[in-house]
Amino acid sequence: MTLAAATELATATNEHLANISNVLIYSAMAVYTLAFFAYIAEWLFGSRSKVARTAAALTAPAAAKAKAPSVTVRKGGGTTVLERPEVVVRSAAGARDVPDGPGAHGGDEQGDLYGRIAVSLTVLAFLIELGGVLARAASVQRAPWGNMYEFNITFSTVAVGVYLTLLALGKNVRWLGLFLATTVLLDLGLAVTVLYTASDQLVPALHSYWLYIHVSTAIVCGAVFYVGAVGTLLYLFKDSYENKLASGGKPGTFATSVLERLPASASLDKFAYRVNAAVFPLWTFTIIAGAIWAESAWGRYWGWDPKETWSFITWVAYAGYLHARSTAGWKGRKAAYIALIAFGCWLFNYYGVNIFVSGKHSYAGV
Amino acid sequence: MSETTANDKAATAGDTDTTADDKATTGGDRATTVGDRAATAGDEAATAGAADIAGGEQDLGAAGSQLSTAPRETAVPGSFGGTRAPGVTGRLAWLGREVFGWCRWFWRQLTSMRIALLLLFLLSLGAVPGSLIPQTGTDAMKVQEFQRTHPTLGQVYDKLGLFHVYSSVWFSAIYILLFVSLIGCIVPRTWQFAGQLRGRPPAAPRRLTRLPAYTTWRTAADPEQVRQAALGILRQRRFRAHVAGDAVAAEKGYLREAGNLVFHLALIVLLVAFAWGQLYKTEGDKLVVEGDGFSNTLLQYDDFKSGSLFDDDHLVPFSFNLKKFTATYERTGPNKGTPRTFRADLTYSVGADGKEKRTAVEVNEPLKIGDARVYLVSHGYAPTVTVRDGKGRVVYHQAVPMLPIDSNETSQGAIKVLDGYTNPQGEQEQLGFAAFFVPTFAGAGKGTMFSQFPALDRPVLALTGYHGDLGVDAGVPQNVYQLDTRKLKQFKDAKGSIVKARLRPGETMKLPNGAGSITFDKEIKEWAGFQIVQQPGTGWALTGAVVAILGLAGSLFIQRRRVWVRAVPGPDGVTVVEMAGLGRSESARLPAELGDLAALVHERAPTTTADHDPDADHDPDADPAQEPDAATSVPAEGAEKK
Ligand code: HEM
Repeated sequence: MTLAAATELATATNEHLANISNVLIYSAMAVYTLAFFAYIAEWLFGSRSKVARTAAALTAPAAAKAKAPSVTVRKGGGTTVLERPEVVVRSAAGARDVPDGPGAHGGDEQGDLYGRIAVSLTVLAFLIELGGVLARAASVQRAPWGNMYEFNITFSTVAVGVYLTLLALGKNVRWLGLFLATTVLLDLGLAVTVLYTASDQLVPALHSYWLYIHVSTAIVCGAVFYVGAVGTLLYLFKDSYENKLASGGKPGTFATSVLERLPASASLDKFAYRVNAAVFPLWTFTIIAGAIWAESAWGRYWGWDPKETWSFITWVAYAGYLHARSTAGWKGRKAAYIALIAFGCWLFNYYGVNIFVSGKHSYAGV
Repeated sequence: MSETTANDKAATAGDTDTTADDKATTGGDRATTVGDRAATAGDEAATAGAADIAGGEQDLGAAGSQLSTAPRETAVPGSFGGTRAPGVTGRLAWLGREVFGWCRWFWRQLTSMRIALLLLFLLSLGAVPGSLIPQTGTDAMKVQEFQRTHPTLGQVYDKLGLFHVYSSVWFSAIYILLFVSLIGCIVPRTWQFAGQLRGRPPAAPRRLTRLPAYTTWRTAADPEQVRQAALGILRQRRFRAHVAGDAVAAEKGYLREAGNLVFHLALIVLLVAFAWGQLYKTEGDKLVVEGDGFSNTLLQYDDFKSGSLFDDDHLVPFSFNLKKFTATYERTGPNKGTPRTFRADLTYSVGADGKEKRTAVEVNEPLKIGDARVYLVSHGYAPTVTVRDGKGRVVYHQAVPMLPIDSNETSQGAIKVLDGYTNPQGEQEQLGFAAFFVPTFAGAGKGTMFSQFPALDRPVLALTGYHGDLGVDAGVPQNVYQLDTRKLKQFKDAKGSIVKARLRPGETMKLPNGAGSITFDKEIKEWAGFQIVQQPGTGWALTGAVVAILGLAGSLFIQRRRVWVRAVPGPDGVTVVEMAGLGRSESARLPAELGDLAALVHERAPTTTADHDPDADHDPDADPAQEPDAATSVPAEGAEKK
């Protein structure tokens, strides 16, 4: 085989792989759409349930609440088995004792079934999308992070991956499903319509293993920050709801139906905090990796390029959020607003800076 | 999920209340809160009694204290001077106290968490305009353009320093304040933490039931035996533990605080390294044609910038020669013409007479010599031309760098023959040629002088010539790629039309009236643009950054927690074991860990079943003698909205 023929063959397989990738991405979208409807069904069936634990916890007469901590000492049943003493957990000063909601299905059996179907469909869509991303990577013979189309498809894959991992770890996060399915569809829709770029290799400035490190961690951070932001947003809604109930107000039926089924505001807040705090060091690392790459590509590790500047702004905003949580008078809602602003900065850094601001990072291939 | 909730609420409880007395740390605040709660409980159960309420003040006081070194906001502005003694000395003393008090108050404000938060917020807000408004540091041309199109706005921006945000007075003020605040916060916290490390975990609070994780059981083992067993188990689990009174006090996770301090200290290192680098930084450009060289002295640069503390002899001595430049491009597909590789093969030597070494510089792989880095930043073509006078004498023979004006390397340049040329009339004259170069010509008759591909597939050089005075000697800086035609006359042929030609390599354009000729030689060189940057402190910045991440991971992933194990004989003589845990970070692991520890202790001091009221198994609170604290039927604390 001549060299020329070999190249041609390689090109042909690449195009073939790129087509496979596109088909997979479209299929994933179709399955996500089904998952989306299944989640909707879960919420709809769940609305039949009339649980109102939050209301009960916040409006019950004081005497009813004054239950003693139930300290249980178990006997070692037979004589050989030594059971461990039971640990009693209590909430502390300043916090409400509100139980977590039952989840989107609201305890409804049919709702729960649809919820399970939705999760299964999400797993399927995730696998198909992952295949699409991998096929894309194979077709361009590099990591699939060279332009915004590729960022978007990788981004939603990672976000769904984070969600499924949390589920697999037994965390109470199924309530995220509908929000996630919706945004993943938006993200992919944007990717295939506005951002689509034919598969291609990179310009020399992007040939660096720091690209793989920097961009992959940036995508992971974005996906995790996104999950944190959803938690924060829902915390704000649930917190208002609890406040209203606690002060004797009557929230609307829709709000009641939806918010009753979500975890308690304290749980949502903590979920958001953990997610954001866990990923903050990784975001710090991402910026540093970017600086190392910039040092070798452009001759300075920090030059206030718009992308760099907005990464910095995002970083400072999240640091502000972490700080706020240990600053008197800034906990709770105020800290949550900062977290949302911080995520807004991240979003602007991705869409805003790539599309509207020109800088050295303007090879995003829109 | 409610398990974890409870624990973490407790964790944050420490810092909610800031009304505590001066001496108290966050734990003191907690004492107040818990005291209030004890009072509430007391109302409901008379048995608690007044003594218990008073005791509540100390319930968690020392035990909950110092789980964090976060600064407290205790200083209240007001009269610091106190009463003024009569006479001048009294007045002066009062003034001194007043001034000192205010200074201390301002300092405390500056180093408080609230101000740190505000400064962080201002820092991120302040960084925004620099990303939206053109900056002189990155693109001076754009700034000029902006000032031309928006004259008034441009002036306002200029006054506000918005064209150089990151070196403006106000931006500097924000980060310097933050820096001062950071130092003012970190130093006392470090001392405080060192003190905590030398001390021992605080003794158990009176009422362990109030802690976020709690467990109890009755055992036949003797209290001392239980304490010793617990001490051993806790130490084995790497807790710092000791027996204090009737209980074992243990603590673990100091690394969290250490990590947090290290993180903030590393930020200081990073900031200093960055500032240092900016002050001593130099940055210059040099265009080198294949075969030519560069040595690192100020005079050799085409263009040079330096930080405000830079001094000439800071330049690292080295020199290099560009042997060959290689570029390859995508040949097919939708991205035809996109560069694939750029490589400059160099020989270089360090110092005045160092040994010559070979190396290659690529886009992401600079040449590093000491603090200096040589980056490959641009490239282009340098066609070789030979100019002859009317007698056929060579007056100019050189590779002339051309400036690319599009991605296919359509290039523009000027050939300037400064001296040595004599016109047919025997006068000294200067020659100038405006040149267009395309590496891949579209073909004759295509009517375009734009290149079709960036590689040298079908090079063409288009020329038109001038003679007269190039204006180079006038002392005005000149653009090497353009001709100043004010004192030049264009060569015209006998019919009066302009003399111009599109030459292929090897071809010659004759100048009219025996004025000579210009030849586009077969040899076409390439040139490479290098940026030579010298920035000290980069290693420190990197070290600071890496340490910051490690510290951050320690601070966010490790949780600091305390465990107490109390063993006392109950009224009926049977030993009551109580274990409780307190943590300050928002982690779900504390109850689980307490459970594990309790299981281990329980193994050594198992639950006794001897003459024990079976009912108590399920509700020990029913038996006040057995668990005195719980007898007060303390409400679940979160129940009341605070
Ligand atoms: C300027 C004065 C500063 C002060 C007084 C300060 C103080 C503190 C304190 C007391 C904590 C511990 C809170 C806790 O343990 O939860 C903390 C944590 C932290 N600080 Fe700072 N800091 C300052 C500056 C900064 C700066 C400039 C940054 C970075 C942008 C930063 C980022 C962080 C982060 C990420 C944490 C971890 C939060 C956590 O543990 O939840 N701090 N800071």
